[in-house]
Amino acid sequence: MTKADALNSPVEPAEWRLPSRGVVAVVCLIVTETALFMIFVVAYLFYIGKSLSGPYASEVLETPVIATICLLSSSLTIILAERAFGRANSGGFRLWWAGTILLGAVFLALTAVEWRRLITGPRLTISANLFGTTFYSLVGLHASHVIVGLTLLTLALILFLLGRVRPEHGERLKLISWYWHFVDAVWVVVFTVVYVIGR
Amino acid sequence: MAAREIALTPRTGTLPAAALRLHDLVVTTDHKKLGLMYVGAGLVFFVVAGLLASVMRLQLAAPNNEVVSPQVFNRLFTMHGTTMVFLVGMPIIAGMMNYLVPLMIGARDMAFPRLNAFGFWMFFFGGLLLYFSYLAAPGITGAGSAPNVGWFAYSPLTARAFSRGHSTDYWTLSLLVSGVGSIASAINVIATAVSLRCKGMTMMRLPLFVWLSIVTSFMILLALSPLSAAQIMLLLDRFLGARFFDTQAGGSAVLWQHFFWIFGHPEVYILIIPAFACLSEIIPVFSRKPIFGYPIMVAAVVMIAFISLGVWAHHMFTIGMPSVGNIFFATSTFLVAVPTGIKIFNWLGTMYGGKLRFEPPMLFCIGFLFQFLIAGLTGVMLGMAPFDWQLHDSYFVVAHFHYTLVGAFLFGIFAGIYYWYPKAVGRLLDRRLGIWHFWLLVIGFHLTFDPQHFAGFLGMPRRIYTYEEGRGWEVYNLISSVGVVAQAAGIMLFVVNLVRSYWKGEPAGEDPWDAWTLEWATTSPPPEYNFETLPVVRSSRPLWDLKHPEDPDWKYE
Repeated sequence: MTKADALNSPVEPAEWRLPSRGVVAVVCLIVTETALFMIFVVAYLFYIGKSLSGPYASEVLETPVIATICLLSSSLTIILAERAFGRANSGGFRLWWAGTILLGAVFLALTAVEWRRLITGPRLTISANLFGTTFYSLVGLHASHVIVGLTLLTLALILFLLGRVRPEHGERLKLISWYWHFVDAVWVVVFTVVYVIGR
Repeated sequence: MAAREIALTPRTGTLPAAALRLHDLVVTTDHKKLGLMYVGAGLVFFVVAGLLASVMRLQLAAPNNEVVSPQVFNRLFTMHGTTMVFLVGMPIIAGMMNYLVPLMIGARDMAFPRLNAFGFWMFFFGGLLLYFSYLAAPGITGAGSAPNVGWFAYSPLTARAFSRGHSTDYWTLSLLVSGVGSIASAINVIATAVSLRCKGMTMMRLPLFVWLSIVTSFMILLALSPLSAAQIMLLLDRFLGARFFDTQAGGSAVLWQHFFWIFGHPEVYILIIPAFACLSEIIPVFSRKPIFGYPIMVAAVVMIAFISLGVWAHHMFTIGMPSVGNIFFATSTFLVAVPTGIKIFNWLGTMYGGKLRFEPPMLFCIGFLFQFLIAGLTGVMLGMAPFDWQLHDSYFVVAHFHYTLVGAFLFGIFAGIYYWYPKAVGRLLDRRLGIWHFWLLVIGFHLTFDPQHFAGFLGMPRRIYTYEEGRGWEVYNLISSVGVVAQAAGIMLFVVNLVRSYWKGEPAGEDPWDAWTLEWATTSPPPEYNFETLPVVRSSRPLWDLKHPEDPDWKYE
């Protein structure tokens, strides 16, 4: 290469920064999970009012106000936990992170109570009619994601209490919180479809 | 550290060499080994599913034939279709992306090596689960309880009442399992291509193979999870008595068709885009010209991906959609032809005025161009709803999609295997055997699938196990079956070539084709760490810059 060419060569970027692989992967995971939920939501919407026999949604569903408040506010607590982690405030992190787990667990417990009431009361099961089929599969799919989220949150808390979570793990905690926010956002859709439009 | 080495040595020393190699394959997280395992397993399933097809062609060679019973025939076409799509197409594209993407972007491995191994084993055991159905009750003598509902498993064939036993469960569970593997590998490919690029490898300098891998992986994310959702619904129906597809309880059989084809149509693009990717690397190298219209090629494939998500119901024109639906899906189907045409013209533009070298990889690319063009044209014909009403579920459709999946996809993959085998093994595939393979496959392919268009015009429905004399289908079916012999001979030569060249092939060296992308900058086969020092890239043809310092590409980009 001549000297002139070397001078003409394009200037390399001083630093070569790429998105973190974890961020890209979690975004991809959320995209594919969204597609999964979309199919169940479409099935729910498609079958509204198509049940040939009762019990029907308008007769048996009650709006899960407390459960919804719990789940949505857990998105807030996890943000507070992350902030505390960023400020190296380990007491605050423990408090808000555990609070998030508690709120999620309360949501799950309330779902269980609701299902128990529907099954033992009006005898709404997954095989009762199309409403039962779509209701339990959509709400159940969401609940199974809550369980996965709670498992991740609990694992992170245990590792934190064991002193294994260091400041450089902040990104992993952030990714868990993204997944948790996604689970919350899905609940907004499920709530709208099942308890607002579906009735 | 030293203590650990001493502890390890005697334990490995006691095992026989074969066991060590097997152990190595089971525990490996190396993207190159996993890539080759994907392709190898895919080729094994390819031979198995090809044999299933041969038995079907034997049965159909003459009217009123009784080689197999109707029940066995149903299992044959179901297993053939399911295997070819999920256990041949998907692993081979996953394998090629796994092997090549890190090398092409100058990385040492995939973004998540262990997730990569997980994806492979999910696919592999999913495949074994599907074939285990042949051995499961009622046993081999009754041809097992292999699935017999067709590869798209239309409801209500899959309902408990009509599909007793567990054959449908094998189908749905194995696809669910291997689908999770596909999603894992797609996430991995995207994360690798976005986050692990070497210094200077901007998005618009990526080799087209990597770009197309990203697009295909993105489509896997959007298409495979709807399939998983539909499989979950089917499982709920079959095991918990849910009513999704139970028409007796108000459920809809058509909904299954929608859900299946929301996956099913993008799936054919998921398969063909990696074949496009092979062409986009091979044609420039064997025409001695850079790819014509790089940004347009990227834009076209993104357009294909986008449009292909909105064409699924063209598989369903005969179910009686409202005419708005027919018009929408017919129009969107025609639209796909635009970016696809752009790609064909750009490949031709790359070849135009180039110094063509007719090596086996290039031969397969040229075969691809001709056959894919015809496949596209019959696709446009079927996209016209009234035409489709006439020929739906006929042998014309069979001929059309075999033109895309054999004439195009398989030819593209063979081109890729001839091109990259020397990189993976360090030895060239035999050129003469390769040319024989190419011509036998071309002749066999056309003998088999060209007459099926005419059988379809004459009204021969797909999936029938036999037919009467005097309908005018005999000669087409006979020619079609004879073609299988030539295809099988071609594939046999290919397998012989793969095995023989592994030991006896001509040593390839680092860069046997005088190519321009980074995988040719390392040894063949590459070391476990790929590159001693990570490369720095200044243009989209880094090896050209290296070989021609007096006239590098970056001066013009």
